[in-house]
Amino acid sequence: MKKIFIKIPVVILGIVAFVYSCSKDINERTDNAPALNPAKTDINAGTWKTILLADPTEFPVGAPSATTTPDYIAQLNEIRSFQQDLSQDEKRAVKYWSAGAVLRWNEIMRELVAKHNLPPYQNADGTYPVPNANNPLAYPQFPFANPPYAARAYAYVSAAQYDALVAAWHYKKLYNRSAPYNVDATINVMIPRSDLPSYPSEDAVIAGVTTELMKLLFPGDQDFIQLKAEEHKRARIIAGANVRSDLEAGEALGKAVAQKFVARARTDRAGTAGGSAAIWSQMEQDCIARGEAPWKSMDSPARPPMLPLFGKVRTFLFDSLTMVTQIRPVAPPSTSSQKFIDETKEVLYYSQNPTRERIRIVHAWADGVATSTPPGHWNSIAADDFIKQNFSEVRWARNMALLNMSLMDAAVVCWDAKFTYFNPRPSQVDPNIKTLTGLPNFPSYISGHSTFSGAAATILGHIIPARANDYNEMANEASLSRLYGAIHYRSDCEIGLACGKKIGGFAINRAKTDGAE
Amino acid sequence: MASRLWIVLFFAGTFPGAAFAQTEMDAIMMNKTQFCNGFMYGYSSWENYWEGTFKRDNENLGRVSTQSLMYMANYGITDNLNIMAGAPYIWTKASAGTMAGMKGVQDISVFIKWKAITKTFGKNRVSAFAIGGLSTPLSDYVIDFLPMSVGLGSTNLIARGMLDYQRGRFTITGSAAYVRRSNIELDRDSYYDTELRLTNEVRMPDAAHYQLRTGYRGKYLIAEAILTNWTTLGGFDITKNNMPFPSNRMNATMAGANIKYTLKKLPQLSLIAGGNYTVAGRNMGQAIAFNAGAFYAFYFGKSKQSN
Repeated sequence: MKKIFIKIPVVILGIVAFVYSCSKDINERTDNAPALNPAKTDINAGTWKTILLADPTEFPVGAPSATTTPDYIAQLNEIRSFQQDLSQDEKRAVKYWSAGAVLRWNEIMRELVAKHNLPPYQNADGTYPVPNANNPLAYPQFPFANPPYAARAYAYVSAAQYDALVAAWHYKKLYNRSAPYNVDATINVMIPRSDLPSYPSEDAVIAGVTTELMKLLFPGDQDFIQLKAEEHKRARIIAGANVRSDLEAGEALGKAVAQKFVARARTDRAGTAGGSAAIWSQMEQDCIARGEAPWKSMDSPARPPMLPLFGKVRTFLFDSLTMVTQIRPVAPPSTSSQKFIDETKEVLYYSQNPTRERIRIVHAWADGVATSTPPGHWNSIAADDFIKQNFSEVRWARNMALLNMSLMDAAVVCWDAKFTYFNPRPSQVDPNIKTLTGLPNFPSYISGHSTFSGAAATILGHIIPARANDYNEMANEASLSRLYGAIHYRSDCEIGLACGKKIGGFAINRAKTDGAE
Repeated sequence: MASRLWIVLFFAGTFPGAAFAQTEMDAIMMNKTQFCNGFMYGYSSWENYWEGTFKRDNENLGRVSTQSLMYMANYGITDNLNIMAGAPYIWTKASAGTMAGMKGVQDISVFIKWKAITKTFGKNRVSAFAIGGLSTPLSDYVIDFLPMSVGLGSTNLIARGMLDYQRGRFTITGSAAYVRRSNIELDRDSYYDTELRLTNEVRMPDAAHYQLRTGYRGKYLIAEAILTNWTTLGGFDITKNNMPFPSNRMNATMAGANIKYTLKKLPQLSLIAGGNYTVAGRNMGQAIAFNAGAFYAFYFGKSKQSN
């Protein structure tokens, strides 16, 4: 019997040692994304249709010095000196950024959105403070990166990256200065080689255009953003991919193009989308006047609706007349109709009969507070797939721009419908309806997730036709997740999805004629 | 009886605490071949919680309550070596707002308690214990819906050392445990803790647990005051007005009391009641908890008089 007293602790110690030896390290999906190695250089992308730029030469880029000049040779030597005694951190940075500049900056954007996607905490008197762009670090920090804000941010950055890269490709072809490793075969190169001319640097264009727009979109995170940009540019020199003058020309071009988008953003009416107490009240009165039950905030204390005038923001893919006449959905079932009563009962059913699989679906697509929002989720889906496509940076940017313009326009269309109809949430109509995810603080009809997902799945299915069915299934699941979560009626989901698909169709029309296909 | 400690530790509230005789945190042993089992009901609730270090309430939750019904069993392999196990069913509910409550079978826990050393000095007796345990989810319950989730989803390995001092009927017992927690998986494929993580896997910080209990230990009545601390070794604070997350730095200190009474006329049956209050915390609800249970003990095979 005595032996067992020795054995037991030995066994326990053994288990403990075994468990300790198991690593808790986490592998994230894109930690080991392969270095970008485009199947095609898209050398003629300088002719692709721009979004805001009048033409690719709107911001001139001067001719580079010849590769035989002392100036250039000094820059080659800069690469060589950088490459001596590389630290682990420098090697990590090269590997990280080599996966693609559009990819990495998209991930950084999603991170900032998730960080800032938090509704402000109430004041002592039950009112809510509003973030202030001019004092972004004071509570509540600017921005509150809710879904409409995020959709717009992704769209501006992606569209600006695309325009800037079209311009860059124009000058790449025009000046045709080879990459340093093609000029001098003794240069050590740490990324896949390419025949693409390296002046101006596409990486620096993306860093320049993105950091410039981020000043507007995430003004309180400049330290973080600038550190990323510095690391990015440095990684390109260390990798032997660019000489300094490639980077300088690229960054300057990117920053110049960004100004065009900053100017648009300042006048796109997003700045006034919060409305005012008078406007919120008017929307409620208008709804009552139509004979319908108006939406009320279910937050306590009652919170003003999220960006009620976001439906007035300037869209990218169509004009406001088209939106109102061709895309705005018909009115939802009347709150006094049998259909409405039936749909509310259906929501109650899902509230009271959750299955583990339905909860999984609800949470997989919830994309609520402290996440990158539904548009960010679709960016993630797209990025994970684009990694496998071996796109050039300019094609990455073009596809992300198509996706994100669709998502922003989906936000505008959706918010237009929400605040045109001011339809109540199921939990407001029937207090027995408890929700399996957070209840968003804005009217019900139409579902944002459904609109976003319909738009994203449609344009992504055009970009990668082999995945079209998968994207559609994802969109259907994302849409239904809101019914399963008991925060939307079936009509919200179905009509939202249909609206989204229409919006995606406008993106496809653009894609077919932008010169890239 | 195995404690609910390891399995019911989460923001929602049934923070363990009341630690009932016999748990892996007390000095009481089953005799060889003695088997004890029963049910414990628990109710815990909070209105205030610590968001990081900021104490607040939330009108969108009101009072968050957790009920649990736990089956527990303890068996004496020898007089000095016990094995105990338990598993609870849990219900959660918020009194305000729209968030749905959750329910389900939570984690099973198994402990081995070894009374390694006993020394007597006159009227004083000192015992040293080594305790090892494991807990792991028994069902695929929802983790990522705090504070309504029924559990945190990690598989835990627990190593505890305990010292017990007894002089007459007076006892004092202190113990410290290290809890190794496995990573967990969410239903979503990315999340933000202190940065964006593009994975469904969450790294769970390990934790430490301390308990000091003292009181009267008689043949039929045991009454103790209990001070308990749970400290998460790492993790991050809930940011302002954010939702709690499983890998938050959840800390709590609870003060409570516990009574066990064994019926004189039916010594196989014992009744247990306890309560505790969270006096300090971080990323945790300030819960008040009550528990009550009934346990039945008997011997397998040849019976032996209880000491």
